[in-house]
Amino acid sequence: MFAYLVRRLFLMLVTLFGISIVIFFLLRIVPGNIVDILFAAAGYVDPADKATLEKELGIDQPLVVQYWHWISGFLRGDFGYSYVSEKPALQEILPRIPITARLAGLALLFSASIGIPLGVISAVKQGTRLDYALRVVSLSGLSLPSFWLGLLVLTASVAMFGEMPLFNPNPQSFGEALATYCIPAMVVGFRSSALTMRITRSSMLEVLRQDYIRTARAKGASDAAVNYQHALKNAILPVITVIGIEAAFLIGGLIVTETVFNIPGVARFLVEAIRWRDYPIVQNLVMLIAVVVVSANFVVDMLYAVFDPRIRYTD
Amino acid sequence: MRSVRALAAMAALSMLAFSTTTFAGEPKQGGILRMYHRDSPGNASIHEGATYSLNVPFMPVFNNLVIYKQDEAQNTMDNIVPELAESWAWVNDNKTLTFKLRQGVKWHDDKPFTSADVKCTFDMLMGKSQQKFRQNPRKSWYDQVNDVSTNGDLEVSFNLKRPQPSLLALLASGYTPVYPCHVSPGDMRTHPIGTGPFKFVEFKANESIKLTRNTDYWRKGRPYLDGIEFTIIPNRSTAILAFVAGKFDMTFPTEVSVPLLKDVKSQAPNAICEVEPNNVATNIIVNSSAPPFDNIDIRRAMAMSLDRKAFISIMFEGQGDVGGTMLPPPNGLWGMPKEMLESIPGYGPDVNANREEAKKLMQKAGYGPDKHLAVKVSTRNIPVYRDPAVILIDQLKSIYIDGELDVVETANWFPKIARKDYMLGLNLTGNAVDDPDQSFYENYSCGSERNYTNYCNKEIEKLFDVQSQETDIAKRKKLVWDIDKKLQEDVARPIIFHARTGTCWQPYVKGVTVMTNSSYNGYRYEDVWMDK
Repeated sequence: MFAYLVRRLFLMLVTLFGISIVIFFLLRIVPGNIVDILFAAAGYVDPADKATLEKELGIDQPLVVQYWHWISGFLRGDFGYSYVSEKPALQEILPRIPITARLAGLALLFSASIGIPLGVISAVKQGTRLDYALRVVSLSGLSLPSFWLGLLVLTASVAMFGEMPLFNPNPQSFGEALATYCIPAMVVGFRSSALTMRITRSSMLEVLRQDYIRTARAKGASDAAVNYQHALKNAILPVITVIGIEAAFLIGGLIVTETVFNIPGVARFLVEAIRWRDYPIVQNLVMLIAVVVVSANFVVDMLYAVFDPRIRYTD
Repeated sequence: MRSVRALAAMAALSMLAFSTTTFAGEPKQGGILRMYHRDSPGNASIHEGATYSLNVPFMPVFNNLVIYKQDEAQNTMDNIVPELAESWAWVNDNKTLTFKLRQGVKWHDDKPFTSADVKCTFDMLMGKSQQKFRQNPRKSWYDQVNDVSTNGDLEVSFNLKRPQPSLLALLASGYTPVYPCHVSPGDMRTHPIGTGPFKFVEFKANESIKLTRNTDYWRKGRPYLDGIEFTIIPNRSTAILAFVAGKFDMTFPTEVSVPLLKDVKSQAPNAICEVEPNNVATNIIVNSSAPPFDNIDIRRAMAMSLDRKAFISIMFEGQGDVGGTMLPPPNGLWGMPKEMLESIPGYGPDVNANREEAKKLMQKAGYGPDKHLAVKVSTRNIPVYRDPAVILIDQLKSIYIDGELDVVETANWFPKIARKDYMLGLNLTGNAVDDPDQSFYENYSCGSERNYTNYCNKEIEKLFDVQSQETDIAKRKKLVWDIDKKLQEDVARPIIFHARTGTCWQPYVKGVTVMTNSSYNGYRYEDVWMDK
């Protein structure tokens, strides 16, 4: 087990190194840089001023030198300064992380707490009207783009209640705090819950046909005990994998949701930073996300062993 | 007796009530004005930007030497009033503009304001000081200024190479605040210090901008508001819904499109909305240095194919203006009269006749029904650019030109234009001041940085200088009309239309004036108050 852990950790580092190179060079392949955008905003280009500014920001140096400056700084915890706000990049990134983390956490919670039970019900009631209804709901969850759903929720909220859940950094009440995070989390988690439900359903159907389930029923175990204690425990493995992957994909959904609900989280911030070619923000933020995703995958792999006794990582 | 006493008591109570009640319509102190902002400005330094996304939130932090009256909708020379200056005078055959400065004005960090600050600001703008702006987009405004000199702490003079009456108009723009000498340009980008009615509190990129009342403001009793808070909401639908839901007291100025205005009025019928020209002209930039548009006939044919009213009808439901370079009257001060405008080829009311003429020019150049000219129409990937570009492509079809839309990201737009890597481009030109000097020199003068097409006509250049020095408004107007007409005939940068946009606010917001010939100058907000 220990050797496996060391091997996995080493692989994590190699993966992260590869990701850092991809992030850095992909960003440079995109045409234009911060100086081009600043001059575009000013409506003119002065070659001398442009050269001065590029020198000031260090983007006139060879790419290898720029990469070394960035990656050595990242490892030391020195994220540099945002080109746009001229504030330390870490100072810009850190306050936004909890906002997105809360939103993502709630979305995942919503996805799991809705998707898994409904998936189980759908599998147990296979072929019934309830099953069909739940499958339609899950299909709509996969089909509706979250930006559209978000706008629909906002429009309906204004039309029906004359109110809208716009983000408030300092909510005055628990209700307001709940609305601030829960509604966008539900919007972004809806798609995810649909996927979770479908995976749970198909996994459950497979397990429910196994001999040991029939044995459990023959022994007189109750439906609830069979479904939730015997079947779900074995069917949950692919669901955990999907939730792990969804956690990584969630950032894409959050970009749109944060934009529609005007939530100042890292996802929207990342898009703005890409628009401005704010390299210190984009590189460090994407690298941080990569660290989180790679670590999450590692944790999911470890969780397999916890949930499935058949899996044991040997030396 | 008892009734007399009761009457007297009632009278006394009434008088007491009378003395403490504010009359309806009389400005009230207090309240935070909540407004959404359409995007996150790159920084907080007005001098280093060229977008009103900067002026709206940061103009309230500053003062100018002079300013357009904030409660008058139309910017005119007669509406310019002193601000940090107490008075001004033209001397030395109109070659020196001298300002007497206001005494006792303090910067927000309590340092005194003096003539040295004025000199510092304009030396930096002219590129003559040690400290430099990272970007200086309006340097050309001061091409005629030799130097700025001080006479004691309270007098400053602009010494000009030749008379330029419109310098005063440029100084009255929202783009011309006075900066403090003791704060570096870098600090002004992140934490601006001004003398204005509101102090800067914080700017969180992509999130919010907060200003608070300057309690030590030199204009006693102003501002009325305790502060202004801008929430940055780039998504227009979310922003409008939030306004409708009452989350904001005001929309971002001149940002509500005409079709969206209908939604606002239907969902928030009490909201007050005004639609005004914003002095932003949608135009075509033509690469005349390479085929096929090096051929004047093809350029003229292209300009003559335009159905300007169709653009306005599709995009603004009829609420837009047809004009030349200068914003047309009655809102614009210098635009050509209708008869003169319609005498320019392509501006006549009969679009079909214009297009027949255009077809003849195309046939002369070797194109016709069997041989179409294929062109790329480049534009920025922003709806206000993209939408008219699509209509333009459709209209060009009528004269054997097959256009293909080439959408360019903002970061690549100016580099592409600068290296002449385009055939036709659809462009927007905003005018900070409704004055020919700003428009002509900036966009059409030989060698100007913003003359994207490198149009250069020495004869017209001379006329620019003649009109610039003319002090008689009527005479200057005629000169300006002739120049504008010539620019359109030369197809220098064909103007398609002048847009109109809306601004809305809740009925309890008072003292808002939407300017009708510029969207850059009316955001001091010291006269705005809330009746609630």
